[in-house]
Amino acid sequence: MKENLCKIYCSPHLHSSETTTKIMFYVILSLIPAILGSVYFFGFYVLNVIFVSVISCVLSELLFQILMKRRKVLFDGSSIVTGILLALVLPPRIPLWIAGIGGFLAIFLVKELFGGIGFNIFNPALTARAILLASFPVEMTKFINVFDYSVDAVTSPTPLFIMKENINQSLPSLWNMFIGARAGCIGETSTILLLIGAIFLLLKKVITWHIPVSYIFTVALLSLIFKENVFYQIMGGGLILGAFFMATDYVTSPITRKGKIIFGIGCGIITFLIRKAGGYPEGVCYSILFMNMFVPVINRYTIPKKFGSKK
Amino acid sequence: MFKGGVKLLDFKSLSKDEKIEEFKYPEKVIIPLSQHTGIPAKPVVKKGDYVVEGQVIGEIGGFISSYIHSSISGKVIDILPWNLPTNRKSLSIVIESDGEKKSIEKKQREWLKLESNEIINIVREAGIVGLGGAAFPTHVKLTIPEGKKVDFLLINGCECEPFLTCDYRVLKEFTDEVIEGIQIIAKTVNVKDVFIGIESNKIDLLPVLRNSLKNLKIFLNIEIKVLPEKYPQGSEKHLIKSILNREVPSGRLPIDVRCVVFNIQTTLAIKRAVCDGIPLTERVLTCSGLVGKPKNLKVKIGTLISEILNYCEGEVKYGRKIVTGGPMMGIQIANPDVPVLKGTTGILLLPEEKLPEDIQPCIRCGKCIEICPMFLMPSEIGRYVEHGRYDKCEYLNVFDCIECGCCAYICPAKRPLVDFIKCAKLKLRKK
Repeated sequence: MKENLCKIYCSPHLHSSETTTKIMFYVILSLIPAILGSVYFFGFYVLNVIFVSVISCVLSELLFQILMKRRKVLFDGSSIVTGILLALVLPPRIPLWIAGIGGFLAIFLVKELFGGIGFNIFNPALTARAILLASFPVEMTKFINVFDYSVDAVTSPTPLFIMKENINQSLPSLWNMFIGARAGCIGETSTILLLIGAIFLLLKKVITWHIPVSYIFTVALLSLIFKENVFYQIMGGGLILGAFFMATDYVTSPITRKGKIIFGIGCGIITFLIRKAGGYPEGVCYSILFMNMFVPVINRYTIPKKFGSKK
Repeated sequence: MFKGGVKLLDFKSLSKDEKIEEFKYPEKVIIPLSQHTGIPAKPVVKKGDYVVEGQVIGEIGGFISSYIHSSISGKVIDILPWNLPTNRKSLSIVIESDGEKKSIEKKQREWLKLESNEIINIVREAGIVGLGGAAFPTHVKLTIPEGKKVDFLLINGCECEPFLTCDYRVLKEFTDEVIEGIQIIAKTVNVKDVFIGIESNKIDLLPVLRNSLKNLKIFLNIEIKVLPEKYPQGSEKHLIKSILNREVPSGRLPIDVRCVVFNIQTTLAIKRAVCDGIPLTERVLTCSGLVGKPKNLKVKIGTLISEILNYCEGEVKYGRKIVTGGPMMGIQIANPDVPVLKGTTGILLLPEEKLPEDIQPCIRCGKCIEICPMFLMPSEIGRYVEHGRYDKCEYLNVFDCIECGCCAYICPAKRPLVDFIKCAKLKLRKK
């Protein structure tokens, strides 16, 4: 018997070049247009927020792995994605220490304590945002005017807030909404830049169309039925960012196509309910978190029919 | 077209243009008695017996079993358990060549005059099994059960596994014989409509095939279907789905949707057995990958894989793995001193891949579910296996898995999903 020259592997003996790290890299790449846009609209301060949030996420991941005495430190870039996504849903002039706390909450509390990548129930970035919103309601709702780069910029209500409270202020034009020149969270304002990233992800097959399309379509349909302005509903809040980048989070969304469509529709209904009947002007964050809870149930009832089960 | 599957780089250009070469007459062969699906054959020779090529050395062990013939002439020097390329052991007959290359008397027959049951008997006695890899006894497939009818005969020329080109070469070089084999099968199972399925990367075969189809001996509608390159197009169930749009019910056979499927080399073996009286003692296989000279070789059954690798200048060294069969479903062997079986479609020398040492967590991307051609949930089965919940695996239809390997191929976390599935099947069968 010759000695073994190679470990024995089970078939297949070919693997695609796709890796978890590569997918995370694509997601980071797809968010770059939106990040650059946010710098243009809200000033260089947003880069500080993103930086602090990412560093906080990465360090929290490292800290947890050291505390748990894991021999090998696993680094796949997913904490960077969480950090960026968290920063993108924070207001542009958020104090940096709040962003830092957010990063820690997202990774340490929401992701790692539940078992790390692949096991968390809730979307880390959105859960962190929800906790921050409950803990720092003033800072978390202070939105500013676009192109005001000063540190203490003039505050300005978001389009959804204007519509909800019927305050006496004009809404930004549709074109401005489309390019992103409106008050809002760092990364949510520019529809076009987010769509560029989303198309990239779709082409790279990182995400599928099922969740975003069913989500946005549901919101649009409900807006039509209840006579809201469809375009302002779609582009006025965090819907585009949420539908393409948050709701499609692998771990916290259903795994089958059918399940994804149910998930998207559910998110759409709850988003619209919160906007129309709830206490907040915006409901994307809570709707996705709410639907996250249903993912195991949706998965259980959407098991695909196996090949050859038709009669 | 079937849903799911993956597009693969085919690596076929390595050996596509290499003519089939006859491998040297081996000095020693090791012929296992269990090379087919079903009951092993019973040895009918003793140590010291003299045998010639084509002589029966293993008798059929039951209905789903097969005869085994000597592939060379010489002396039986031992009967002992030997390692198979499937990493199992089987009682094997070791024959040493006397260099005289004698063979049994070959009986020429006119197949048009033969009845179905006579043809089936010839096929049975020639020890023919499915040469596409599964090695299911062919006479069983040819025997249409009472009350069943066959509408279509499908000839599987897809060869969807990367690297392998042996069926392509056989179809190119022995076209007339294969077409004759198709007619024999069609007559045996009593069908008039035949489809030959090939993948679009073999489109250059069309003129050769069309030309050969001009001189049929019996009336048949033979249509060549060019199918898109998509793995696992050559899977029996998916070929039927693609060509006839019929879905073989779970746990059933192609005959339940009124069709039968035969591989190219099986068809050729049937023709040779019926017309020329040659039992199955050799096959064509592809030796490719990191070998110096990739080749398509006609090899005697029982030849050692190490000899073939030597001949093709395949250096077995650190960081290389030897795989028998295709890269997607083939089996890696630890030791090249194992014999070529009837079902060995290829011998590949592949680089060891850089896969994570520990099993990485599933990120639930759902890609494996998107591409699973059997519409199963490999990721979920994998997670349940990790937790020892085999009952859940059964609920998720793990037994319908054809182990094509698409899921493990696509998985970004490089999880060993086929390992998990095989493990679940094993545990559930033991219960």
